[in-house]
Amino acid sequence: MMAKEAGGRVVSRTPDFEEPILEIDEKIAELKRFSASTDVNLTEQIQQLTRKSEEMKRRIFAHLTPWQRVLIARHSDRPQATDILDLVAEEFIELHGDRAFRDDPCILTGLARIGGRRCMVVGHRKGKTTREKLACGFGCAHPEGYRKAIQKMRLAAKLGLPVVSFIDTPGAHPGMEAEERGQAFVIALALKEMADLPTPIVCLILGEGGSGGALGIGVGDRILMLEHAYYSVISPEGCAAILWKDSGHAPAAAEALKLTADDLLGLGVIDEILPEPLGGAHRDVAATAETIKGALLRHLGEIGEAKRGDLVARRFDKFRRMGRFLENSER
Amino acid sequence: MSPKNKAKFHRWREMPDLWVQCPDCRKMVTKTKVSAMIEVCPKCGYHFEISSRERIDTLLDPGSFCELFADLEPDDPLRFTGRKPYRERLKKAQEDTGLRDACVIGRGRISEIQIVFGVSDSRFMRGSMGSVVGEKICRGVECATAERLPFVFVSGSGGGARMDEGILSLMQMAKTSAALARFQREGGFFISILTNPTMGGAMASFAALGDIVIAEPKALIGFAGPNVVKETMKKELPEGFQTAEFFLEHGFVDLVVSRPDLRAKVAALLAYAR
Ligand SMILES: [Zn+2]
Repeated sequence: MMAKEAGGRVVSRTPDFEEPILEIDEKIAELKRFSASTDVNLTEQIQQLTRKSEEMKRRIFAHLTPWQRVLIARHSDRPQATDILDLVAEEFIELHGDRAFRDDPCILTGLARIGGRRCMVVGHRKGKTTREKLACGFGCAHPEGYRKAIQKMRLAAKLGLPVVSFIDTPGAHPGMEAEERGQAFVIALALKEMADLPTPIVCLILGEGGSGGALGIGVGDRILMLEHAYYSVISPEGCAAILWKDSGHAPAAAEALKLTADDLLGLGVIDEILPEPLGGAHRDVAATAETIKGALLRHLGEIGEAKRGDLVARRFDKFRRMGRFLENSER
Repeated sequence: MSPKNKAKFHRWREMPDLWVQCPDCRKMVTKTKVSAMIEVCPKCGYHFEISSRERIDTLLDPGSFCELFADLEPDDPLRFTGRKPYRERLKKAQEDTGLRDACVIGRGRISEIQIVFGVSDSRFMRGSMGSVVGEKICRGVECATAERLPFVFVSGSGGGARMDEGILSLMQMAKTSAALARFQREGGFFISILTNPTMGGAMASFAALGDIVIAEPKALIGFAGPNVVKETMKKELPEGFQTAEFFLEHGFVDLVVSRPDLRAKVAALLAYAR
């Protein structure tokens, strides 16, 4: 089920393929309620249905299409950076503002302690309530958001703290004010700053990796990705509109763009896929957070051992290698 | 139609090869006058798109250009098929332009000053940045770093990214920005020249990172395309939105220079970096 929201963005509700699972889960919840209120023992029925639900999830999630993954990545219940932080950080001190124009709530920045390790967190924020979503531009950051990220990352480098970046955006904000304030120029600056930042950077694509808006906080020593997240140069709808003049062809575009975690690992763009609980991260946020915490600490530990100069040089080499072309071939 | 225009119209009808209609002011102008101004409309100053060859011929000292990395050719890493396979679209673009991809890089001179020079050709898949464009820019920048030469790049890219190369196209933004970061950290001097249009992934990476950013008059510049912005805002965009002059006013462009003056201006700027 899809619904058009303000700004022409397509926002997903419950994906169609999830509905049979939801139906069974609802039935289970109903039986549990009934059993609790009436003292009737329904354990056997509940177990049976739970098995059926698990089996169905396994079946459906074993053969997800790229488009279905996009819908999971955009799921309204999908954990956001703020949810993950709540679970993985013992402390989080949010820091605001870009010291130039305003505080963009769409980019979350702050000092955090994760598993005893101090770091600077940057991430996208989509918001939960309608009011928050509007304030956050539905996850589409303005130039001041990227400038804020740059400013906090510089601070991290000065304090000798690593940067942890949580990516989850449909793309950078495509509005008039964003253009006026130099969206393209600020994203370019962010890419340059991250390439040069003399401190470890670990990026994790949580949900949507929408084009330049994702890359704007996505240049790092390690690029990790949740199993059902996507990362793409253009939204499937945008691609379909260009290729077929019809955004209804988005599923075909999602297929062609090779935007799933498996594809990206194969193309050498990401370093590791973090598995999600059966049925997607939104079905067990605590377990997802646990996986993320383990992976972040492991990577930070590994990178932390490199010398500062080597670190920037290695990050350079990592991105320098990206791309495929032919050379010295016969014509 | 005034008698004068009528006469002109008839002259145009008789000799269509000598006249061209300006897409901006819609006036008929003679090709010789346009070409004398390096493809600029003498009536309104509209800058026609020019090929990489013409750009090299009109900006660099005659005969000074020596192409580098000319044997790089695009691959099809995604085996991308939209309405047409990427391979077919590439083949057609190659046949139409005689280029292997949308970027030409080499050594050259402007007023005797040695530089590394690059240009993206908007006729080749709208000048979009795929792996070859990204790689050539990086190699050009690295050549400039090694030889301690200024880097001058003329951008013209409608969509910015080469959609057919998917995420690898996006990664060229990071790659070119990283190369320029290293170049500039070591004291390299980069003049970025923006032509109509420079948008999306090209604008949000290397093209924006000039130590000096020059734009040609009225060039469309920006991140999101005007149609996307219009759809987001649900209203008409103001006159002159996302033009060179607009970004000059908002503080993102150093200079707006029309094409006939460009060579002299770039030479004057380069003289400060010797
Ligand atoms: Zn004109």
